[in-house]
Amino acid sequence: MIDRDSPVTEDELHAYIDGELPADRMQAVSAWLADHPDQAATVASWRAQAERIRARYGAVLEEAVPERLKLDQIIRSDRANGRSWKAFAAAAAVAAFLVGGASGWFAHGASVGTRTSSFAVASEALDAYKLYVVEVRHPVEVPGTERQHMTQWLSKRLGEDLRVPDLQSIGLKLVGGRLLPGPTGAAAFYMYEGASGERFTIYCAKASVPESALRYTSAERAAAFYWVDDKVAYVVSGPADREKLEKVTKAAYEQMEKSGAKKS
Amino acid sequence: MPTFRQNVETTIPALRRYARALTRDADIADDLVQDTLVRALRSEHLFHGGDVRSWLYTILTNLNRNRLRSLARRPPLSPIEDNDAPDLAGPEAGGRDIERALATLVEDQRNALLLVVLEGLSYREVAEVQGVPIGTVMSRLARARVQIKTYLDGGRPALRRVK
Repeated sequence: MIDRDSPVTEDELHAYIDGELPADRMQAVSAWLADHPDQAATVASWRAQAERIRARYGAVLEEAVPERLKLDQIIRSDRANGRSWKAFAAAAAVAAFLVGGASGWFAHGASVGTRTSSFAVASEALDAYKLYVVEVRHPVEVPGTERQHMTQWLSKRLGEDLRVPDLQSIGLKLVGGRLLPGPTGAAAFYMYEGASGERFTIYCAKASVPESALRYTSAERAAAFYWVDDKVAYVVSGPADREKLEKVTKAAYEQMEKSGAKKS
Repeated sequence: MPTFRQNVETTIPALRRYARALTRDADIADDLVQDTLVRALRSEHLFHGGDVRSWLYTILTNLNRNRLRSLARRPPLSPIEDNDAPDLAGPEAGGRDIERALATLVEDQRNALLLVVLEGLSYREVAEVQGVPIGTVMSRLARARVQIKTYLDGGRPALRRVK
């Protein structure tokens, strides 16, 4: 029913420009606006806002979709919940490739606060790595010889059932661990050392998301793989030697993974 | 009829656009989309018909909310928003004005506005995504528009003197 005289509500004005108005009210609102220049100006300004938003972001549609967001890639890297290391690493390879250009992320604290939550954790972990990796006398609070005690203590403080991986098979000895303040509360930090003194660390903290893809990032001379599994964020940090770090991450991942183990 | 995965695939560019507008950072946006897709594919078996697109927007919106919450728990290391001096280049300079105006919105209002004007969702779809009645979507939209207008009109007095 077209009724030129029935009052036009503000809701109708929004519905009018958003194409939500029933056809029989379109004309009525158009006619009403012709008689009400102030409201017509407001409506025009809303339209202009929408135009500017579309002008600002519309071009994203024309961009090529990055490899890591292609469905085949995502399915391959996440197959059947198993998240086998091979597939997981493939996703990381792509992520690392993409991230390469942004390796300055960690360099400036300003950007840290704006990254995703797992990234925030990764950033804390890399800071901890850089801080303690050079520490000769007191790199850890609990020595690696007390692995069982350390596991229980850190699990209790985090409120998560943690596992401290054994990396002897790839030539890394557990130096020990410590408790750190993290972005989401307590964080557990383990340090490993190789025969030539190279150090790797694993950082675990509660995550705000249940899981995430595996990601890689590097900063100056340090690099990290990070992911979230079963609400725990893991960050494996080490010298910026991607191949070696990937080997360490693979070994650690296979021992720490919980969600896959439970389901298989 | 397109399969579930085809529907997801064709939505990816739009998800990237929405995420870019929400985060104002291309890398964070793609991280969000990646997590959204991982989540969607893992939950494929939970998806019993309905609109795949709305469902994907729902996941992305929720993941972004988690992200913002976790940021809020961190003490700010430096101001996240751009509070710096106005651009001298004018209002159309790369759309920075509208970007900043959007940044001043309350999260739910920003989500609602972007879903409607950028992503072209209907009020009903946005109500589904946000899990609220349509009336709430409309009031969020109305408040968002008032706020943006105020910001663009009054927030940048310097620009009014541009010849």
